[in-house]
Amino acid sequence: MTRVWRGLTPWLFLLVPLAFLITFTYAPIVNMLAYSFTDWDGLSPELRYTGIGNYTELFTRPDLFEVFWVSGYYLAASVVQIAVALYFATILSFDVRFRNLFKGVLFFPYLINGVAIGFVFLYFFQDGGTLDSVLALLGVHSDHAWLGTPVSANVSLAGVSVWRYTGLNFVLFLGAIQSIPGELYEAAELDGAGRWHQFRHIIAPGIRPVLSLSVILSVSGSLSVFEIPYIMTGGATGTETFVIQTVKLAFQFNKTGLASAAAVVLLLIILLVTWIQRRLVPDDKVDLV
Amino acid sequence: MHMSRRTVLAIAAGAALVLTACTGTGASSKGADAKAPDDPSKVSGTIKVLTQRTDLVQDGTMKWYAAAFNRTYPKVKVEFEALTNYEADVKIRMNTENYGDVLMIPGVVKKSDYPRFFASLGTRAERGRKYRFTDFTTVDGKVYGQSPIGVSPGFVYSKKVWREAGVTEWPTTPAEFLSDLKAIKSRTDAVPYYTNFAAQWPLTSWTFVNGSVGCDTGATTKLADGDPWAKGSDLRVGDTLLYDIVHQGLAEKDPTTTNWELSKPQLAKGKIATQWLGTWAIVQFRDAAKKAGANPDDIGFMPFPAQVDGTFCAVVGPDYHQAVNVHSRHKEAARAWIDWFTDKSGYDRDNLAISPLKSAPLPDVLKPYEDRGVKLIELDDTEGARVKAIDDQSEVGINKPDYRQDLVDLARGARKGSLDSFLAGLSRKWTEAQKTLGS
Repeated sequence: MTRVWRGLTPWLFLLVPLAFLITFTYAPIVNMLAYSFTDWDGLSPELRYTGIGNYTELFTRPDLFEVFWVSGYYLAASVVQIAVALYFATILSFDVRFRNLFKGVLFFPYLINGVAIGFVFLYFFQDGGTLDSVLALLGVHSDHAWLGTPVSANVSLAGVSVWRYTGLNFVLFLGAIQSIPGELYEAAELDGAGRWHQFRHIIAPGIRPVLSLSVILSVSGSLSVFEIPYIMTGGATGTETFVIQTVKLAFQFNKTGLASAAAVVLLLIILLVTWIQRRLVPDDKVDLV
Repeated sequence: MHMSRRTVLAIAAGAALVLTACTGTGASSKGADAKAPDDPSKVSGTIKVLTQRTDLVQDGTMKWYAAAFNRTYPKVKVEFEALTNYEADVKIRMNTENYGDVLMIPGVVKKSDYPRFFASLGTRAERGRKYRFTDFTTVDGKVYGQSPIGVSPGFVYSKKVWREAGVTEWPTTPAEFLSDLKAIKSRTDAVPYYTNFAAQWPLTSWTFVNGSVGCDTGATTKLADGDPWAKGSDLRVGDTLLYDIVHQGLAEKDPTTTNWELSKPQLAKGKIATQWLGTWAIVQFRDAAKKAGANPDDIGFMPFPAQVDGTFCAVVGPDYHQAVNVHSRHKEAARAWIDWFTDKSGYDRDNLAISPLKSAPLPDVLKPYEDRGVKLIELDDTEGARVKAIDDQSEVGINKPDYRQDLVDLARGARKGSLDSFLAGLSRKWTEAQKTLGS
């Protein structure tokens, strides 16, 4: 009897989290899959099973995939983001004055709600708003409509996304760097290695798994950008991303079936990208010592 | 192959167990009636009213209405639930039975589905004698909703600025309107026209030019059967005017960062001259004027610059329709609230709006309309459901901001192309959807 209990105990502990996981993650996905084969409008009790109709429609309408070009801006931005995060993580892992303050300052934006960030930056980019005022203080009187043209708007929005997510990458890198044993730096210093060499030969190889994780996250993140452009421009002026388009299909044009299919396709694309990346950059063991 | 939503769910997963629990009992109560109570003192129950007016719930106005309602119906308790994102939230809740006792009919509900979701308020023949807008919610001769106010689209403008620019008469053609805006630009410091591009929804009101241009009560039917952007059609005239305003530099400098709340005091203070909105906006702009220390009487309202036989036409249409949840356990009480709110609450007067009662006089703000003989018309909505279906199918979105945002972008050069090819693209999408849906 006790043996039975002993076997059951871990499952009892898992019961609640598993129930949550199934209810809020897997059930909706299965549901979405089911809807993607129907023409449901999101409300009407009547729906028809349309087979792969939604998927054929998706793939015969290239205009639906054009929005992926916008992801390019965010992809480029994530290169900047990773570089900046890596730079600060490296510097702040050494003894620097006020380093805890700087850590806090860098991580802070990530803690703010995305909706709030959207609204704050709307004021920031407004004609005569914060950005224009700051530039005026520096003597630059740009009369630039920051969200006015597709290129400028996308660059601005991608900038906001860098501002928001750098902190997350930074913390991941910092944690990884700090797990590198300190003696390695001492030994390196004795051998006459400078900061750059320490970074190149100790830190970079030491945090490789986290680095490749960050790259995967930023690629999938760039493909599924949503909140910031949705709140700030609503997808206007060429800033529409694939997810915004999907949301509009579902909630503006009441094509829940088609939107579900689009969401499934996005999921598959992200899985595919991740898989390719794993194949190209295998996750080999870190072996520093 | 026809399947109910629940069948699909059951096929979908073992997890369907969790989900079917909240999909309700379906059509069992389809076709119910919400009858008006005979004796007000006997109706009882607690009813929940879902509303999009978050402002009125927060500042206690709705509570005040409820207290007034209780003087006639002492045993009914009214609770309010304000939803900021009304359309999307209610749509999701309507997949259950729990969507309040009284609610505004969201745009997503297909007209043919009204009997599944709402209890009927009576026949069209009977209600049509007393109320406006009954055919907007009529299915098979029965009416399912009633709008508490009527609104008419038009330009909210600063009388002061227009006067300073030397314009005293309402423009009668789009060309005249444009030259008036030019006069405002050259003679005053005000922004002649404000698009409210970033707030998005103000752009959708440009669809309400439909009917005003040609003074045609059958304008909605024309949308269903014809091409809305054919030469000379109402939407083309409206969209062309919006394009010209922006293209000729008569709108604000950077539309992409407009601010709706700020635009109200700015118009009141004469920094903005004109906005295309509706009668419902007047009260908000007057309040903004009072708060900003400007004269509320400077807020004017004018119809679309088009005349048929020398007369302006203004379309009067309904706002959200109030309806009774078909699953409500207190349908009489809910019905009592709708009747009272429509007939006796004074909600229409408080909003300087047009009364849904045919017998009521026009509000004071429309006095200039009466003086200048503006003809008020009501559009026939028999084809409304089909227009909605075509709109969804084509993904044009005549009541959504997207295509007008693209139009503004096009006009100010942030998007390549010409107006003609842009409108032709819309026509193509629209007429193709007409074909797929079958006429």
